[in-house]
Amino acid sequence: MSNPRPDAESDRPDEGADSDGAESQPVTFRRRGVRAGFLTALPIALGVGGYGVAFGVLAARAGLSAAEAGLMSATVVAGASQIVAVELWADPIPVTTVLLAVVAINLRYSLMGAALQPWFSRLSARQAYGSLFLMADENWALTMRDLGSGSGRGAFLLGSGLAVWTFWVGSTVLGVLAGGKIGDPARYGIDFVLAAVFVALAAELWEGRSSLVPWVVALASALLAARFLPGQWYILVGGALAGVVEVIRYDE
Amino acid sequence: MSEPLSLDPRVVGVILAMAAVTFVTKAGGLWLLSRVEVSDRLEAGISVLPGAIVIAILGPELASGGPAEWAAAGLTLLVVWRTESILLALIAGVVGVVAFRAV
Repeated sequence: MSNPRPDAESDRPDEGADSDGAESQPVTFRRRGVRAGFLTALPIALGVGGYGVAFGVLAARAGLSAAEAGLMSATVVAGASQIVAVELWADPIPVTTVLLAVVAINLRYSLMGAALQPWFSRLSARQAYGSLFLMADENWALTMRDLGSGSGRGAFLLGSGLAVWTFWVGSTVLGVLAGGKIGDPARYGIDFVLAAVFVALAAELWEGRSSLVPWVVALASALLAARFLPGQWYILVGGALAGVVEVIRYDE
Repeated sequence: MSEPLSLDPRVVGVILAMAAVTFVTKAGGLWLLSRVEVSDRLEAGISVLPGAIVIAILGPELASGGPAEWAAAGLTLLVVWRTESILLALIAGVVGVVAFRAV
């Protein structure tokens, strides 16, 4: 980009001017960016707290202590996959199934991280990968908007991530402590929290009509697999088949 | 119910493994995808996974319930659509399921 060949330039004289965008803006990594990210993300972090409480209640039901659930929220920092993991939790822990589900659900983060490349390629490895540790759906979306507008604030993901992380971990611990105090869960409808969490998650993940086919595939195959396969295989079967069908039918 | 501060070594091990694979998915995108080209087709397949897995969990869960659970799920969906508040939706779902079961 910095050294266009003369012949290429004469072919497409506009190229240099057109392709600027993200490439030509300076990207900084300063305290100001952290602060802007943190403050921008606060309202959304409050909403993340709602999920955190629910996750904590579910984690308590799965037998996790406040310290364990808090540790999970602090180190994994990926809500949907954590909720699925505690749903799969049993004694002994089905480690392979849990890890496979976590990877499958979190694969989208690879695409999201790649989308940050035009800006993050100009940060140091420590700055870039340290920030990515705190990447969640919410603060990624805010960061893309901020960087896309040309702010050049490379620390925005870190700042917004810190806001989300603080509320996520705090509300998780709160949820475990509250969940641990409840006696017979069915009496208060607590056994329904998981289903309700997933209904809410589904509403958020719905992307309009393009979601219809993969979701119907996931639903049908999961119902069948739940009937004929042991354990929790139906979750991976439903997810994997939906992904495969989407890949096959992509350009229809 | 376990003590709030108890840390079972096996549980901690699984949690740290979850953290490690999650970090690989987060960092791997920037590292790998800036070096190789991912087809739009594959990208489309990956992006449907989270929703599909949520549905794959929810489907059998609701199928094993009854009218009270289905009605409460509908109520949860309605509230999350209207208010966009997770907390309100969860409260509505839980209060709803207790009420519907009593009917």
